[in-house]
Amino acid sequence: MKPAEFDYLGAESPDEALDALGRHGEDARVLAGGQSLMAMLNMRLASQQILIDIGRIEPWRYVRADGGVIEVGAGTTQAELLAWPDLAAKAPLLAKALPHVGHLQTRSRGTVCGSLCHADPSSELPLCLAVLGGEVVLKSAKGSRTLAAKDFQTGMLSTARKPDEIAVAARFPVARAGTGYAFEEVTRRHGDFAIVAVAAAVSGPSVRVAVGGVADRPMVREWTGLTEADMADALNGLAWEMGGFDDIHATARYRRELVRRIGARVIEEARTCRS
Amino acid sequence: MPLLKRGTLHPISLVVDGVEVTGHAEPRMLLVDFLRRVLGATGTHVGCEHGICGACTIRLDGEPARACLLLAVQADGRRVDTVEGLASADGALSVLQDAFHRHFALQCGFCTPGMLMTLQGFLEDNPDPTKDQVRAALSGNICRCTGYSEIVDATLDAAARLRNQDQAATNPT
Amino acid sequence: MSETKETSVAEGKYVGRPVLRVEDGPLLRGRGQFIDDLPEKPTTLHAAILRSPHPHAEIMAIDAGEALALPGVHAVITGQDIKPLTTPLIVGFKNEMDYRGIALDRVRYVGEPVAIACAADRYKAEDALDLIKVTYKPLPAVVDPVEAAGDDAPVLHPEQGSNVVSRRVFTHGAPDGAFAGAPHTAEMTVRYPRNALTPMETYAIVAEYLEDSAMYDVISNFQGPFSVHTVMALGLKTATGKLRHRSPVNSGGSFGSKLTIFPYVVLMCVAARLTGRPVKWIEDRLENLSAANSAPNRVTTVEAAFDDDGMVSALRFENWDDHGAYLRAPMPAPIYRMHGLSTNGYTIPNLEVTNHIMVTNKCPTGAVRGFGGPQLYFAIERMMQKIALTLGLDPLDVIRRNLIPAGSFPHRTAAGALLDSGDYQKTIAETVAGGGLDELKRRRDAARAEGRLYGIGYATAVEPSQSNMGYISTLKTGKEREEAGPKDGAVASAQVMVDALGSVTVVGDSVPQGQGHQTTLAQIVADELGLRPEDITVNLETDTHKDGWSIAAGNYACRFAPAATSAVHVAAVRVRDKLARIASQNLNVAPEDVEFKDAMIRARDNPQNALPFYRVGGLAHWSPLSLPEGMESGVREAVSWNAPELTPTNANDEINTSLAYGFAFDFCGVDINRDTGTVRIDHYVTAHDCGTILNPGLAEGQIRGSFAAAIGATLFEEFVYGEDGSFLTGTYADYLVPTAPEMPELSLIEPTVHPSPFTRLGAKGIAEGNQFTTPVCIANAVADALGREDITIPLTPSKVAGWIHPEEAPPPSDMPTVKAPPPRKGRALSGGGETFVPVPPAEVWRLLLDPRTLAQVIPGCHELEQTGENAYRAVVDAGVGPVRGRFEANIRLSDLVEGESIGLSGEMLGPLGSSSGGGTVRLAARDGGTAVGYRYDVHVAGKVAAVGGRMLDGAARILIGQFFEALIRQAGGGQGAPTEGWWRRLLKAMGLAP
Repeated sequence: MKPAEFDYLGAESPDEALDALGRHGEDARVLAGGQSLMAMLNMRLASQQILIDIGRIEPWRYVRADGGVIEVGAGTTQAELLAWPDLAAKAPLLAKALPHVGHLQTRSRGTVCGSLCHADPSSELPLCLAVLGGEVVLKSAKGSRTLAAKDFQTGMLSTARKPDEIAVAARFPVARAGTGYAFEEVTRRHGDFAIVAVAAAVSGPSVRVAVGGVADRPMVREWTGLTEADMADALNGLAWEMGGFDDIHATARYRRELVRRIGARVIEEARTCRS
Repeated sequence: MPLLKRGTLHPISLVVDGVEVTGHAEPRMLLVDFLRRVLGATGTHVGCEHGICGACTIRLDGEPARACLLLAVQADGRRVDTVEGLASADGALSVLQDAFHRHFALQCGFCTPGMLMTLQGFLEDNPDPTKDQVRAALSGNICRCTGYSEIVDATLDAAARLRNQDQAATNPT
Repeated sequence: MSETKETSVAEGKYVGRPVLRVEDGPLLRGRGQFIDDLPEKPTTLHAAILRSPHPHAEIMAIDAGEALALPGVHAVITGQDIKPLTTPLIVGFKNEMDYRGIALDRVRYVGEPVAIACAADRYKAEDALDLIKVTYKPLPAVVDPVEAAGDDAPVLHPEQGSNVVSRRVFTHGAPDGAFAGAPHTAEMTVRYPRNALTPMETYAIVAEYLEDSAMYDVISNFQGPFSVHTVMALGLKTATGKLRHRSPVNSGGSFGSKLTIFPYVVLMCVAARLTGRPVKWIEDRLENLSAANSAPNRVTTVEAAFDDDGMVSALRFENWDDHGAYLRAPMPAPIYRMHGLSTNGYTIPNLEVTNHIMVTNKCPTGAVRGFGGPQLYFAIERMMQKIALTLGLDPLDVIRRNLIPAGSFPHRTAAGALLDSGDYQKTIAETVAGGGLDELKRRRDAARAEGRLYGIGYATAVEPSQSNMGYISTLKTGKEREEAGPKDGAVASAQVMVDALGSVTVVGDSVPQGQGHQTTLAQIVADELGLRPEDITVNLETDTHKDGWSIAAGNYACRFAPAATSAVHVAAVRVRDKLARIASQNLNVAPEDVEFKDAMIRARDNPQNALPFYRVGGLAHWSPLSLPEGMESGVREAVSWNAPELTPTNANDEINTSLAYGFAFDFCGVDINRDTGTVRIDHYVTAHDCGTILNPGLAEGQIRGSFAAAIGATLFEEFVYGEDGSFLTGTYADYLVPTAPEMPELSLIEPTVHPSPFTRLGAKGIAEGNQFTTPVCIANAVADALGREDITIPLTPSKVAGWIHPEEAPPPSDMPTVKAPPPRKGRALSGGGETFVPVPPAEVWRLLLDPRTLAQVIPGCHELEQTGENAYRAVVDAGVGPVRGRFEANIRLSDLVEGESIGLSGEMLGPLGSSSGGGTVRLAARDGGTAVGYRYDVHVAGKVAAVGGRMLDGAARILIGQFFEALIRQAGGGQGAPTEGWWRRLLKAMGLAP
């Protein structure tokens, strides 16, 4: 299990990385924490002409709260975000979900933006970004643009990022007073990819819920003023709409069943923990 | 940094267990292979090469990391700590290593370097952990021999001893 | 292991105490000596192995030209290169299968070696693998052992003529009569899955061929039994003396698996000979999971005959034991190793066993901790619970009354095992009291009152240790056995030496992988010689050219505690006796009045009359003439120990399969989550009477380790194959092993022990017990919680939820289509959909049949050439996200109905794996454009199926989406479509567009 050959650029500035990516386009791959990419390179599931390592770009390593938004730079690791002192107050959902992302030794390297770009349908950070209605800032040598979560992740392992773009920051809205947040996932083991993960933000009669692991990307629904019975129907409808899939860990039916059962629980928890 | 071309060797300088060393590697060479095959530091083990078993865990600039998911070129100019640097210069086992010994917390010993490196960092950040916290910290390290309970016990024991040491150091009698 | 644990040991003795391990220092410091840590010769080549992506296929051609042209690549070796230098690797009975560790002209499982690349380093060797082109002709595969016996099943080995490679029926007592006369009978079928313990260090070999002496010189982490050394030498067509095998100081776990490294030893020997260089191969984890080893999966139908009290008079087993594509020595040993224990620890006098040994398109089997026991005891102990349920009795009462009564040991079982010692009822009584069964029953009742799904399970197991090397002959008929000559016994070898300054060195044949053998042997020898364990050097590296060894040498079947320790003990006693005789001259006392204590040899009744140990030992070296008359010089005792109780299989097929038999009893309480189906182990109690405990720290480690492995097998681990033979658990993200947070607390009871009368120290094995008891104990608890009979492991939450959840809520009535995909058969991707292309059907038809258009619309297509009428060859870069690879595709069009429909079929092959399948495309005019309907059915095999399974459905949808988007672009963008929104919406609904 050794990677095929590639060139390597340890970019030291944003411009160096963006220029290189602009020149190499599809032949290049951005290496941030490498916790998914390196495994795929070792298995030779992925093979790239050139890796552009952005891990040394200091200006991209930051977490800051500004104007109702928590912005996380491209080089910021999951462990750094988890250790951010304001996390529990400003992003209680991330505080709940981040400990479920991988393990100690992978969070120390794996980046927040890298996880969003990898776009695994079961992973926690894309789910959180989706339910919170966050954004991803994409930048190329030619300019930058900002995409809403729903426009960023287009499918399994697929995003709207163009080959010359780097996701330079993720933006999570700061938690609003009066809104409760909850997260729960079912995994085979501690730290595994979720079979089903559910995140919810509940504010008054308004419920925003996102489900990961069932469709090819996190699915978000927003409901207002549903009774308890309506809620069960709505979750059932969502479960059937996503369909789910069979794999060696779980059946499609099990996934749908968890949407109904966990979904109701997570929404209820979010409702009761409103600040 | 210049573009490092495939198929050619590039010099890499780093500090391994406190000692400055230099070696050469292709861009694709994994850090764990560089440590073992180029530097001869075979204490770090290769268990799965896809980032799950934890046997190759080292600390990169102090943070625990999988050496199979890092390239040697990424470690250029950085500090890498491995199991080989845990014992003190006079050869005495560290408190954690000693606790592993006293609790029968290793059998074949192949996963042990990764376990120790994960826990060393964990105990620095969590000097007084609960049993469940220790277990969670170990979720990225597979051991097939012990069943983990001895490892958890050894870790809690080491944590207690380290706290006592700290206390003794701050309250000299 | 608490440091202050009280142990009842003889005063001043080390045996019985938790002496800390002498092995630990180097391992804790990162200075272990595992094979890959050892220096290698500068000329060493590194091997990588190309493996079959197909479960079953003929090899039509192998082209290594490009690979060999790569700088640094020295050789590519195929089965045809191996063949002239080898003969088929033998197993314990005559058969027609030609197995050499590498495919010759046919592959029979995913992961089977096809070619070996030898290069300057492992990176380059893997580069070479990517460039080797193999042409396969896929064949149908069979993975179920019962189906494999069917008339229409594909036959794996045509020369053998059948997938049933051995069938034997054993009758002990009079089972037919017992069943006919029984007041009650019951029957159930159980299935035991494929799993293995996947050690953290994988297979490792360095082989060299010494041309001048025609010698193969190998170092590997082979674990024995060394009977398999003869299999390797015969396979290499060489004398056993011309195959030197060494094992290093450290081996990173095995749990049985490193037995079946031996075919790779043969391959690397030949590779070394052909390249003229040392060849090193370190198995990687993908190879390890797909192709190293697995326990046989087994389907067992068990019947019991019993009376109103639950006393069982007869058992009948029909076993379908699935060994994968080939038998590798000593397979099918697991089922025969347990033959004597077919009635567990029960008094059941009548028994019938039918064993079908099956081959299927899966990885060949090997040794896995438990070795046949988990499969057997799962059937028996599930049946004991069923008997209790049938009669409305307490399952523990049924177990207790059927167990062999105390005071009747040694006891001969129906199938011939001679159970040496024990008091099973007492072990149970102590465990029930110490483990809190009454309290557990109260917890269960309270939980049930709250509406929770809570159950209690029990299991017992007789734990065999030190196998009889003759048991495998039981699968032969009496006549065949007579012709082959007797096979029996189990020899253990050891040497204890004292050098000129009194240092003591012990050499043994136990080939440990972390069990602490050095520590234990040092304890034993220290006790005999009045020294401390740290004074004793124990060397357990092996070298077939220098050691005393026999066919039983190695580490397997709990051999160490009963046998390896016995040999060392005998040698130590002989050394002591010799030194006592020497000392007695100077001390002027009789040798029997000499004692060894505190590094002194002294008169027992006058401790002042003493000599230092080193002086007495030294005398035999420095002054042989001073020795008592007739005594040999030096102090070196080499012992070959055997147990006379290990007799050959008799004419009635009765066999004492093992030497010493411990007893384990477990009970547990489980709490099943109604929402998630998660089985939480609320309370687990285990007890083992394994005779003398040599070192409680090490013994406890073995029990806890076995328990963790059994938790893995029960809740997490399975090598999963699709019905089409594809392998689906190729990474540690698919084959899930428990980590620390998954482990329940284990309540370990220390019952009264009953030492074995047949081993020197009374010790029995302890390392396998929970493999036997834990899976079925938890299964019984789950059965109790759910009131369900059919329990299969692993108990995945999804599976358990499927047992407990009521019928699924239907989709809302206003939802028009439900896109739940059909259940999948293995790695077959089936699907379909409809899309809209904004040009009329005739134009779509033209586009689809135009090679230039196809080249434009097939995602990642680099080249496309027409190879015949309606046949194309294409080179495609296919993938999703970063997962991407180059494939060569052959596509054929058929059943063309102009403007209406096309059939498609084809294959794709590349380093990532292969796929084959077909589909149909139907065109219908709609709204000035064309509604394109499609269905596909594709089998995916190889790496991408094994490691990327989770992603495949989504990947297929994305690629199809890309195809139609490109087709729509080719057809003129959105021009003429009813509205762009309409087809975008449709794509969206199918998950094909953002």
